[in-house]
Amino acid sequence: MFVCHCGTNIAGTVDVEAVADAMKSESGVVYSATYQYMCSQSGQDIIKKAIRDYELGGIVVCSCSPRMHEATFRKAASSVGMNPYMVEIANIREQCSWVHKNREDATSKAITLARAAVAKLKLNFPLTPGESGVTKRALVIGGGIAGIQTALDIADAGYKVDIVEKSPTIGGKMAQLDKTFPTLDCAACILTPKMVDAAQNENIRIFSYSEVESVSGYVGNFTVTVKKKARYVKEDVCTGCGLCTEKCPRKKIPSEFNLGMDNRSAVYIPFAQAVPKVAVIDSEHCMMLKENKCGVCSKVCTAGAIDYTQKDEYIEEKYGAIVVATGYEPISLERFGEYARGMSPDVITSLEFERLTSAAGPTHGKLVRPSDKMKPNTVVFVQCVGSRCEPSLGKGKEYCSKICCMYTAKHAMLTKEKYPDAEVYVFYIDVRTPGKNFDEFYRRAAEEYGVKYIKGMVGKITPDGERLNVSASDLICRKKLEIKADLVVLAAAIEPSPTARALATKLASSMDTNGFFTEAHPKLRPVESPTAGVFLSGACQGPRDIPETVAQAGAAAAKVIGLLSKERLTANPCVAVCDEEMCSGCSVCGNVCPYGAITYVEKEFRVPGGRTKARRVASVNEAVCQGCGCCAVACMSGAMELKGFMSSQIMAEVDAICRTSR
Amino acid sequence: MQRTDRDALVRRAVSLMNDGVCDRVLAWRRGEFSSDVSPGVFTDTESVEKELVRNFFCGANLSKYLISETEKTEKKVLIFLRPCDSYSFNRLLSEHKFNREKVYAVAVGCDGTADIGKLKRKCGALSDIKRRGDKIIAESLYETNEENEENEENEANGAERVFDLEDVLSERCLSCNLKNRADCDEIISDGGRDAVSERFFEVRRIENMSSEERYEFWRGEFSRCIRCNACRDVCPACTCEKCVFSNPSSGVENKAAANSFEESMFHIIRAFHVAGRCTDCGECSRVCPQSIPLHLLNRKLIKDINILYGEYKSGESVSQISPLNSWTENDADPSEVAELLERSRSK
Repeated sequence: MFVCHCGTNIAGTVDVEAVADAMKSESGVVYSATYQYMCSQSGQDIIKKAIRDYELGGIVVCSCSPRMHEATFRKAASSVGMNPYMVEIANIREQCSWVHKNREDATSKAITLARAAVAKLKLNFPLTPGESGVTKRALVIGGGIAGIQTALDIADAGYKVDIVEKSPTIGGKMAQLDKTFPTLDCAACILTPKMVDAAQNENIRIFSYSEVESVSGYVGNFTVTVKKKARYVKEDVCTGCGLCTEKCPRKKIPSEFNLGMDNRSAVYIPFAQAVPKVAVIDSEHCMMLKENKCGVCSKVCTAGAIDYTQKDEYIEEKYGAIVVATGYEPISLERFGEYARGMSPDVITSLEFERLTSAAGPTHGKLVRPSDKMKPNTVVFVQCVGSRCEPSLGKGKEYCSKICCMYTAKHAMLTKEKYPDAEVYVFYIDVRTPGKNFDEFYRRAAEEYGVKYIKGMVGKITPDGERLNVSASDLICRKKLEIKADLVVLAAAIEPSPTARALATKLASSMDTNGFFTEAHPKLRPVESPTAGVFLSGACQGPRDIPETVAQAGAAAAKVIGLLSKERLTANPCVAVCDEEMCSGCSVCGNVCPYGAITYVEKEFRVPGGRTKARRVASVNEAVCQGCGCCAVACMSGAMELKGFMSSQIMAEVDAICRTSR
Repeated sequence: MQRTDRDALVRRAVSLMNDGVCDRVLAWRRGEFSSDVSPGVFTDTESVEKELVRNFFCGANLSKYLISETEKTEKKVLIFLRPCDSYSFNRLLSEHKFNREKVYAVAVGCDGTADIGKLKRKCGALSDIKRRGDKIIAESLYETNEENEENEENEANGAERVFDLEDVLSERCLSCNLKNRADCDEIISDGGRDAVSERFFEVRRIENMSSEERYEFWRGEFSRCIRCNACRDVCPACTCEKCVFSNPSSGVENKAAANSFEESMFHIIRAFHVAGRCTDCGECSRVCPQSIPLHLLNRKLIKDINILYGEYKSGESVSQISPLNSWTENDADPSEVAELLERSRSK
């Protein structure tokens, strides 16, 4: 029994000496000691020495969560010849000292937890892990800057990697941006070369206009089915000349890329720098696909790339690792009626502003009011639209969207650059600029460019003739403001991509309450998901700007490379085991097993009367089983058990806890 | 007196046995009186002709016997399946409990089963029961008991009682509107009853009690339990190789409830044990010698499952997977379970 002080983390609330003393008299305990940091080298030495001196059969370490240091203590025990699965952790930090204030109560609970661990340990038996191979190929889900960067880094290390992107081109949100903070270099200039790199890299395959249909398997050995949606254009034949898009008679379809601010044809290439630069036919609007009339694109295509009979295609591929890079979407502003969104075309979102100032946008970079294409003289930016919302409002998000302060400063600056005489207002709750050269950037907007930053929220915007009446309050000067604006830009909160939840389910990966993917540990394992072999890159995990996204993409790639570079993975020996005497062969376990690890066999069993009887029983493939425990829970007969977590062990723990508290 | 009469069953059984298709017949066997019918395995045509019955007292669900009987023969076992039995039949098949190849299943119609307990309370020991139009005529061995002396209609007939069919049917039959769902080899008749009462009526009644009332109600019911295990033995969903209650190494083996906590928990845990697989055949209540309405525990869970995971009827098909063993995007989120169940109570 080794009780850790964890500095004052545990010892501050729990009387660790009392715990060690109490455990000395516990049946089966032959040695009980405390140390300041059990996980340190000298702490581990105490453990190793005791194992040798007392020839211990098993040890209990009362310390932090097993997720923190179970592996550390198992390694220490194993170095002196003890089976690592004879180590039990009693979590007296997260589940005891950190959540209790009263020293007496916390101490008695720590003793109880230690007793439960001893009760379980008595029923432990040595386990030996198996091994499994690693498929040397990674899958990146999402083709934005996060996905592209992750794929490039993995490919650079020499591994095959596939990108699955749901839209017809990679590039994501960054492709829609004009300039990027804090350096104001143009997004296209830094992104499009990367898109081309990805397309030309021989280790990278891009499945554009595709979605992940299903995922099975486990770390090192995932099997993924990708649905390649029919684009009605042969990808390998189309040259991207764009003739079909010019000749297509259906031209009044709002362009997704330009956020509906201009139109595209039914057969289209999302934007000039799209990768792959291949046309796609929008089946909802194509007359040929809908009514079998037209066929113009097929006639004008000299390459013969148009194929109206194309069907969705399903591709099955094996992967060793999966990276989620599904990114974000601005929230819908339909519940923010106070900002006159939808009532006036001159109330736009920040992403629409990006398109308006972009040289490749609907106005070719000319910043004009959408309503009359005139120069805006007064521009009002509203920050935190849907961010940092009170939950009682029933709309918006509670969290800070993080990127809006900086891009709004950028927008204000760009406006001033184009029209130095324009009046530019920014309404904010706080201006948050933690980042390299971020605060300088914001101050430049306010100080050099003369952008008027006003602390306060906009209460109401009403269209007034050709202009917009902005009613707001200035919290610092404590006065009400009425501004006649020509253009209002709303910094809408961002949320996870709507496709993320279904994907999380397919990956058995968890999400937080806001729908962002959860990391395995917020500090120590920020790019790994709790599901082994699934990694996170970019804004799918939380609001992120481009520098952070790229850094995280590299980190996720490093983790993937580390995984793919291994020849064999040590499997978890805590796998399911079937007690064939109890098994009734009902198939429930096979139905719930997410890994397909359970099959059924007919076996002969001895029955009374010296006879044998053939019976159907479950059989676990230990190499495939991931020890999730679904089968053990679903089994009605109690025949399925999880090694290391047998029902008898759990019950022994419960019994020990109940006995102590009586 | 049942829509599929005895002679039709006997004829089929005898001819299938004579043709060498089947050498065992699962049906209902006559007792001393017409009311004490038991499930029976017939191995010769003579006993089929003499002892096979089909009347209002044929309550037993025969499906579970297939597990043992199919093991005993090289030929097929003939079974007669009423609509409700077909659900258990399917359920057992989906759990691979018997080999379908070794079964000759014949669908028979059903007009319901009498609740013997109810009848006995009304008229003492039964000797016979007959149907005359919509009425049921029950003959008692003895003179009338007090309760029924006030019944004028009965006075003239001495020991004879006249009831409406619905007065004597068991509760499960009143709310039954099941169709035969098994893939039968032959159909003699597949008619069933049309429900006259709502399936969850009794469950709602108990749900609407205050928690104290409900606790008292179940404590009262469970206190009569003698742990005879009849409910377990008859249950088509209870097919473990080794039941924990008969397994000394389980640590919970017990032949009698040691205390009132155990008394309550036994039945509640059993209901959870079969949740999602229970076909609502009602055998547990029918065979309970202490008349504990055990099927209501199962029905409560069925009702909750329907609310949380959508309408589901265990045994409707062989390939179905219980909502408790699967996940769909429409499943209730754990956070909304309490609210959904609370809201369903008042309905």
